[in-house]
Amino acid sequence: MTPFTTLQAIACPLPLANIDTDQLVPARFLKQPRAEGYGGFLLHDLRFGADGKGASAMALDDKRYQGASILVARRNFGGGSSREGAVYALLDFGIRCVITPSFGDIFASNCVMNGLLPACVNEIDAEALLAHLQEFPGAAILVDLETQWIVCGNKTCTFSIDSFLKTKLLNGWDDVDVTKSFAKAMSSFLLKDAAARPWARPALPAARRQQARPGDSPSPDHPSAARET
Amino acid sequence: MRETPRTIIDKLWDSHVVVAREGGESLLFIDRHLLHEGSFHAFEQVRKRGRSIARPDLSFAIADHYVPTRGRDKPIANPDIARMVELLAQNANAHGISHIGLEDPRQGIVHVAVPEQGLSLPGLTIVCGDSHTSTHGAFGAFAFGIGASEVAHVLMTQAIWQKKPKRLRLRVEGATLPGTTAKDIALTLIARLGADGAQGHAIEYAGSAVRALTMEGRMTLCNLSIEAGARNGLVAPDATTYAWLKGRPFAPKGEMFERAVDDWEKLASDADAEFDREAVLDGGEIVPIVTWGTTPEHALPIDATVPDPAKVDDPAQAAAIGDAIAYMGLAPGAKLSSIPVDRVFIGSCTNGRIEDLRAAACVLAGRRAKVPGLVSPGSSTVKRQAEEEGLDRIFLEAGLEFADSGCSMCVGINGDLVPPGERCASTTNRNFKGRQGPRARTHLMSPAMAAAAAIAGHLTDARELLKGRT
Ligand code: SF4
Repeated sequence: MTPFTTLQAIACPLPLANIDTDQLVPARFLKQPRAEGYGGFLLHDLRFGADGKGASAMALDDKRYQGASILVARRNFGGGSSREGAVYALLDFGIRCVITPSFGDIFASNCVMNGLLPACVNEIDAEALLAHLQEFPGAAILVDLETQWIVCGNKTCTFSIDSFLKTKLLNGWDDVDVTKSFAKAMSSFLLKDAAARPWARPALPAARRQQARPGDSPSPDHPSAARET
Repeated sequence: MRETPRTIIDKLWDSHVVVAREGGESLLFIDRHLLHEGSFHAFEQVRKRGRSIARPDLSFAIADHYVPTRGRDKPIANPDIARMVELLAQNANAHGISHIGLEDPRQGIVHVAVPEQGLSLPGLTIVCGDSHTSTHGAFGAFAFGIGASEVAHVLMTQAIWQKKPKRLRLRVEGATLPGTTAKDIALTLIARLGADGAQGHAIEYAGSAVRALTMEGRMTLCNLSIEAGARNGLVAPDATTYAWLKGRPFAPKGEMFERAVDDWEKLASDADAEFDREAVLDGGEIVPIVTWGTTPEHALPIDATVPDPAKVDDPAQAAAIGDAIAYMGLAPGAKLSSIPVDRVFIGSCTNGRIEDLRAAACVLAGRRAKVPGLVSPGSSTVKRQAEEEGLDRIFLEAGLEFADSGCSMCVGINGDLVPPGERCASTTNRNFKGRQGPRARTHLMSPAMAAAAAIAGHLTDARELLKGRT
């Protein structure tokens, strides 16, 4: 994953609250493999209507905001469904940062997993940014993750982000490799846990037990249960 | 020295920490990883990295989101949907993961069918690439929804990096009135907290009204945690939990079950444990609720009226209300009970359990619906049970369709859609714009309320139709 440090880019206003992930990418598009690109699905029904034939009146499709990499919206952005397609749609459209007063939790971690910055500002700053972007279409915003500052015209404000998510973005960490580096801690956890919670492994259902041939391991545990992760 | 008192949230968290890093995030071990058709992005990521699946024995795949609810005896007609259902089977088989497919008698919505199998237990961590995974918290599990990249991570490591959520206790004290359900409790809480009110929190539901709920009711309550922004919600396990679990196929057996109950008893929050936030609700104040707008926080008692944006001071909030009313095609100030509906849907992981079907049938018995409707049981097991109890006949005689189990009209990706512009009384969990289909208008409510709307042809207080019946 590419680290996220600073971004200076055209910002696009989306003066709506409660943009849930169903709106960010309607469910019917989720069947598509990622390789085919999700950019065209971003806010599809809001932009083009359900039949896809409408003319978008949104800033996203306004020439003056073309090339925007930052989106500014109202509260509760990305609530609802856990679909990561919502983040794919933003990224494939070219968005690297969303600024809003609050994010859905799952959406925010999906963003970070994909290198997109979810920046939280207070309601007053969000309204000021929206007003500025509407007054000066095509204006750029500077976002600095290390210091958590936003600069927009002659206005500056801070944003908040979970320290855990921030570190991940700044380093562009690949979680799987980090996790694998804790293999030893995992084995000792498993050992302790097997003694503390022997009931936690799924018991084999009765029907499958009866099917087990004589000589099969009497342990109800799946053979791979003992394998190290 | 006395140990620091801990909440159930702390206890579940502590028992799963593999390693804690500076900065507050911990690597949590995952006891159950549930997969569905939408997991294909994650399998794709695993394949790209050339990795293997860490613990197929703790992973369970089940077909629900895309499955057709009609004509299940024939091959799936829509090739795109057939491909999604087949892809899950292929991915599961390729990696040695147990798979519950379309023909399996245990099939159903992941959050209904998996608990039925005794796979959701107190004291476990449970994840799934689905935001309503919070449902399994009803058993006293730490259960939360994750995104596709996190699913891939869990597949490859059987663990996940998480920051510990803040702890929020919601207590509902006192008896609830007859005719109000877990759905009404949940919608009341969501309306008060806001759709983002519990972001960053795990919720413990407590209080006598919660204790009085059946497992089905607790699942409905925990299911809706995400609609208040919480990634998970849970209820401490008790005798109701143990009785429900005992004898289920994957649950511990014999002495191991007794041992487990001993451990589970210790999960409850210590009496003097501190929460980051607390709120108390009087159970006696809760009445049947319906939503009028486009987020679950737009919820009001059935005897209320549609809000008027002109009377709201905050301009952003007034704009949001105005936008919702316009989408829903409603007039400010109109009585909620006067809103006509075009169809009803009874089902989903929120309200597709046997109790939900019984509650709907209780209203419908001997009556005819004025509008068409679909009943899709939460699992094939629920379906068989409903048929044994004769509920299917009640639905059919009322003029509703009784179909097979799946996510169905909750999200519409299997093709069960609310037509554009139509208004649906629905027992699901999201009234988002376009959720049940492009331009569809959704009103969320309990199964009895949806059944009552079917009979009346408009939103109405189910308690009127339940008089003398319960
Ligand atoms: S029934 Fe609806 S909310 Fe539940 S898992 Fe299926 S799509 Fe998600």
